[in-house]
Amino acid sequence: MKILVAVKRVIDYNVQIRIKEDGSGINTDNVKMSTNPPDDNAIEEAVKLKESGKAKEIVAVTIGEEKAQETVRKALAVGADRGIHIKSENYIEPLGIAKILKKIVEKEKPDLVFLGKQAIDDDCNQTGQMLAALLGWPQGTFASKIEHKNKVIEVTREVDEGLETIEINLPAIITCDLRLNEPRFASLPNIMKAKKKPIEQLNVKDLSVDISNRIQQIKVEEPPKRKAGIKVASVSELVSKLKNEAKVI
Amino acid sequence: MPREIMEYDVIIVGAGPAGLSTAIKLKQLDSNLNICILEKGAEVGSHILSGNVFETKALDELLPDWKKDGAPVKVKVNKERFLFLGKNKSLSWPTWLLPSVQKNHKNYIISLANLCRWLAEKAEKLGVEIFPGFPASEIIYAKDGSVKGVATLDMGLDKDGNKKEGYEQGMELHAKVTVFAEGCRGHLGKELIKKYNLDKGKDPQQYGIGFKEIWEVSDNQHEEGLVMHTVGWPLDNSTYGGSFIYHAENKQIYIGYVIGLDYKNPYLSPFDEFQRFKTHKKIKKMLEGSKRVAYGARALIEGGFQSLPKMYMPGALLVGCDAGTLNMPKIKGSHTAMKSGIIAAETIVENIKNKIDLSIYEVKFKKSWVYKELYEARNVKPSFSWGKMLGILFTGLDQIIFRGKLPFTLKHKHADHETLKSLDQIKKIEYPKPDGKISFDKTSSVYLTGTNHRENQPVHLQLKDSNLPISYTLEKYDEPAQRYCPVGVYEVQRDKNNLNPNFVINSQNCIHCKACDIKEPSQNITWVTPEGGGGPKYGNM
Repeated sequence: MKILVAVKRVIDYNVQIRIKEDGSGINTDNVKMSTNPPDDNAIEEAVKLKESGKAKEIVAVTIGEEKAQETVRKALAVGADRGIHIKSENYIEPLGIAKILKKIVEKEKPDLVFLGKQAIDDDCNQTGQMLAALLGWPQGTFASKIEHKNKVIEVTREVDEGLETIEINLPAIITCDLRLNEPRFASLPNIMKAKKKPIEQLNVKDLSVDISNRIQQIKVEEPPKRKAGIKVASVSELVSKLKNEAKVI
Repeated sequence: MPREIMEYDVIIVGAGPAGLSTAIKLKQLDSNLNICILEKGAEVGSHILSGNVFETKALDELLPDWKKDGAPVKVKVNKERFLFLGKNKSLSWPTWLLPSVQKNHKNYIISLANLCRWLAEKAEKLGVEIFPGFPASEIIYAKDGSVKGVATLDMGLDKDGNKKEGYEQGMELHAKVTVFAEGCRGHLGKELIKKYNLDKGKDPQQYGIGFKEIWEVSDNQHEEGLVMHTVGWPLDNSTYGGSFIYHAENKQIYIGYVIGLDYKNPYLSPFDEFQRFKTHKKIKKMLEGSKRVAYGARALIEGGFQSLPKMYMPGALLVGCDAGTLNMPKIKGSHTAMKSGIIAAETIVENIKNKIDLSIYEVKFKKSWVYKELYEARNVKPSFSWGKMLGILFTGLDQIIFRGKLPFTLKHKHADHETLKSLDQIKKIEYPKPDGKISFDKTSSVYLTGTNHRENQPVHLQLKDSNLPISYTLEKYDEPAQRYCPVGVYEVQRDKNNLNPNFVINSQNCIHCKACDIKEPSQNITWVTPEGGGGPKYGNM
């Protein structure tokens, strides 16, 4: 079995986001970037499948600027075999990303594609689903547990009502939840070995995919500051405030 | 299971200005050397915090084409102000009357973190391997007692030291020479100084705690290239310290405060002094209506010439602030740190190639301009132990008239942990409540540092005696850790009736400033490295 894992470079989750003064976007100058956290889970799950002998090869793919390569390097350091970096300087919406990934899937012919359930920068939660639709493949999204059984894969999904377990045929798309596993650390020797693993670089222009954006971003603003809370003395005061001041009941 | 071992020619601990300069110079002298840098921050620069007005002398020597190569050294100082602050007044001191060491017209306002990132790129291009997120946690000694290398910390231990899922054992890195470039109060440097008695015959080391915030201000508040320093209010006459305000690029102001950790009043809160300072009307107008975008703090090393330990030992060298090469009256340590790294590299190449003893490091160091600088600066800091006014008068005489050549050397008498007076000898200090606009509390401040440590790992702030904070330090000094820690790691919590005090260490908030390791009156707190990648995630600090 061959697994393709899509990874994205995003602002580190510990960094406090700052909006550019002119409202044109987020300030990323000198900001610590990392792998999108659920993508770490995606890589980890692929590596586990390889360690259990069920997968033969793991290919990590990313789309983004030159430095996005670091994200692939990290995937290689924790167990991916080779990497693909599709260079693009501009923001591409999930549909464009899904189309590019489709091209890569057609070329690499994996049995499974792992993605994070969503990226923590734009929170779109669309790429995996769109890729499944474009390929006509079954999808298991928000996976918190997966079990590989010969030609099918059992996916436990984190849904609003609780857990849902589905069985889907391969090839399939799986988007990973943070609960899926505990991503391992990259060890020093493995980071060194990863420096020698191959990363194929492609240019997004050479893929002849329509990646034009459909959405126009007008302005980025901070959400309004939350007002300080107050302490109430009794339940009746709380109820009265909810009724008369907040007008929510 | 024995740890995996990797061999290098040179291992450098810390990717700051000193460590990176060492690496670059080594590669320039001999491109075949295998060099590795371990860095505890999640990336190069994420644990760097500095003013910074930068003197390019060492960079000119190391990478003469830095301007052409796009070094982030761009904003030249074009205006200087020096103010004496009173509570409601201020007196501007003419800059022509400043000692020449405090004149900055040839210098640049930079972000040291960005310079380090740039230096790291240069080093990597030369073939240096840099590993961010891997703290050197332990020194490996050879049988003959020399330094053989370092070990990285195990990853994935729980708070009791048991292995968690994903546990990854640390590894040993062995080298012909190991260079310690951890910055001020490096925890391995501290061990080496003790083990090899490197500070024998030297004065006790002196430290300060430095705060820095970055503000994005409006056009009319910004004068790019302006460098401003103040002394005086809000500190009293016996406390050593002052502020810096640097108008950097992109409409940013770097504003900060440095306070000597030899302060005497346990109620003094360096953090709150800094916050209060910003409310002075002269300062406030530069910030009012604008936004604070970054906060951080870091201890700095101020002992200089008298406290500089021996910087070599069998198999290893100390460089930069891990030894203590900062020039206090100049308020600069980056150029001296870089130069010490350059000299260390020259030493190492001669050592590896021609078997020349590492002790030539000291010979070379004494011949260099760093030594001359530190020598001439030596009497400034100790003179302030006489009080601020006498200190300033003496400094004027020493630096302007005699240019540091007075035929005597004043001593640093006490280590910083010895200077606190007990509660019965001092007055309590009340600080104004932060307004959330100009002055802030510690909680909102630590939030801006992006600090995080993985949950459930061994506490990296270790108490030698876990009862001491409550049984002794609380009663005698009202546990000053509550105040000297710039992010509120240490708390004394009491029950509903304000009884049964309990000492709490919120180590996940630690920004690796090392103030506790320095100032704790019984030296009861030891800072060790937490799991790799933990700590602050500073941007352009």
